[in-house]
Amino acid sequence: MTSIAVPRPATTAPRAIARATGESRPVRWVLITIALAFLAFTLVLPLALVFSQAFSKGFSVYWQAITEPDALSAAKLTLLIAAVAVPVNVVFGVAAAWCITKFDFPGKNVLITLIDLPFAVSPVISGMIFVLLYGAHGWFGAWLTEHDIKIIFAVPGIILATTFITSPFVARELIPLMQEQGTDEEEAAIVLGAGGWQTFFRVTLPNIKWGLLYGLILCNARAMGEFGAVSVVSGHIRGQTNTLPLHVEILYNEYAFAASFAVASVLTLLALVTLALKTLVEWYQRRSAHDLAETKSTPERMAA
Amino acid sequence: MKSGRSQRVLPGFGLSLGITCTYLSLIVLLPLATIFARTTDLSWAAFWSTVTNPRVLASYRVTFGTSFIAAVVNTVFGLLVAWVLVRYRFPGRRLVDALVDLPFALPTAVAGIALTTLYASNGWIGQYLEPLGIKVAYTSLGITVALIFIGLPFVVRTVQPVLDDLEVEVEEAAASLGARRWQTFSRVVFPTVAPALLTGFALAFARAIGEYGSVVFISGNMPMKTEIVPLLIITKLEQYDYPGATAVAVVMLVASFLLLLTINLLQWAARRRMATSS
Repeated sequence: MTSIAVPRPATTAPRAIARATGESRPVRWVLITIALAFLAFTLVLPLALVFSQAFSKGFSVYWQAITEPDALSAAKLTLLIAAVAVPVNVVFGVAAAWCITKFDFPGKNVLITLIDLPFAVSPVISGMIFVLLYGAHGWFGAWLTEHDIKIIFAVPGIILATTFITSPFVARELIPLMQEQGTDEEEAAIVLGAGGWQTFFRVTLPNIKWGLLYGLILCNARAMGEFGAVSVVSGHIRGQTNTLPLHVEILYNEYAFAASFAVASVLTLLALVTLALKTLVEWYQRRSAHDLAETKSTPERMAA
Repeated sequence: MKSGRSQRVLPGFGLSLGITCTYLSLIVLLPLATIFARTTDLSWAAFWSTVTNPRVLASYRVTFGTSFIAAVVNTVFGLLVAWVLVRYRFPGRRLVDALVDLPFALPTAVAGIALTTLYASNGWIGQYLEPLGIKVAYTSLGITVALIFIGLPFVVRTVQPVLDDLEVEVEEAAASLGARRWQTFSRVVFPTVAPALLTGFALAFARAIGEYGSVVFISGNMPMKTEIVPLLIITKLEQYDYPGATAVAVVMLVASFLLLLTINLLQWAARRRMATSS
């Protein structure tokens, strides 16, 4: 260390600068090692443990745990929730991004903050607000009981809470992206006689497809994995209002650890697929941004 | 946006704004408003005695204390991880970069049971800590470990783009003026990254105070000792103590909103600084 750091007069020799703007090799390797060791402990070990525990009682126990009727119905419910929450939030996200990025109107910043709001709310509180509204003692509780409609401790409540939690994902991804792209291309399309929907599907959608997909992937992962909010509104009725994450909890609390980790491993696989897709989309996004920059760099041709 | 657009050329303003406002009102605002409306069921005195009850106070201490420590740890290691990922090239860097988002993608319940099993007295890590007299699972240390897991990507992903944008010329200038590497880091690099680091800290902290799924398994849930606020709210709900649950939830919501406001101000200040410096 000391031999390297002998104070020198301020020469501008390139090598001295290279040394001063980068760390020496040993420092570099120490930093990399600490960072990787930290990540190994916090991220990789839990990941490895899930799979090791899942197969600890052999493959047949694993297979049985993920194909028993309760697990299958939990999987079905989880898919159903995502199948409702994700498309609804895609429509909302696109609509919100369209009005925020393509038009000027007062209160826009307030609207952006309101869209972000569910991110700031604890999952438990997100579930609780729906209990206060639609539960037996809730505001609409008496009316709902009268008409024999069950929302809380039933599937609609789970879908509502999940929709609340996942509502910002798509909008959040699209707003900065569409802000950057501006309105020129859409305006050109309209001036050339395209209809509104035509403009959206032919001009806007191809421009935002990667961002949209990115938001959709994150939204889906959260919808399938949500635990706190769903746990408050579900009532944990096996075979009826049990999602996969809740099923993991039930098995774990019954000391059926191998089975619990078997179901957890399915969710972990889902998370890994999500990460892989996300990385892929980021790669495509960068590539298309690069292409866009190249076409934008020849404005003369476009202006002519 | 600045000038020259006298009227709206693009269609769909009414439709998109209509969908957005209706949806937000029904799914987000009306439900959230209920919670504030519900507190009026309680008198001020009853509200105050609920939210300052010793067990509730103890749960604030657990939640805010562990969240704070976890966010500090995340800030230190998050900066290190971001630095290593941006500045150095090593085999597997892209894989590691993708893996940083795991806590965003992994369902919290899975993280919870995995960390508990890992740190239990017979677990992969717990068995080595037990002889040293360190108990992690079912203590507040365990809660902190879970919150570190949950919060890490917030710091890394906030700091990473700022480090990416940092111009090497500035560091070269510092070096050519005779600054040592450490001086360059502490006087040039760190001040530039500091606002992002602070934002990352606030985001990790905000996420941690509301976290439930990953914590509930490892915490042991002992009232007064390892009971977090979200669990206390659930306990009150299960006992049909709706006014009590609502009162505690309102305190947490106000704390969360204040944090959100702080984060937005931080980001706004950072953007302004970037704009004036360039």
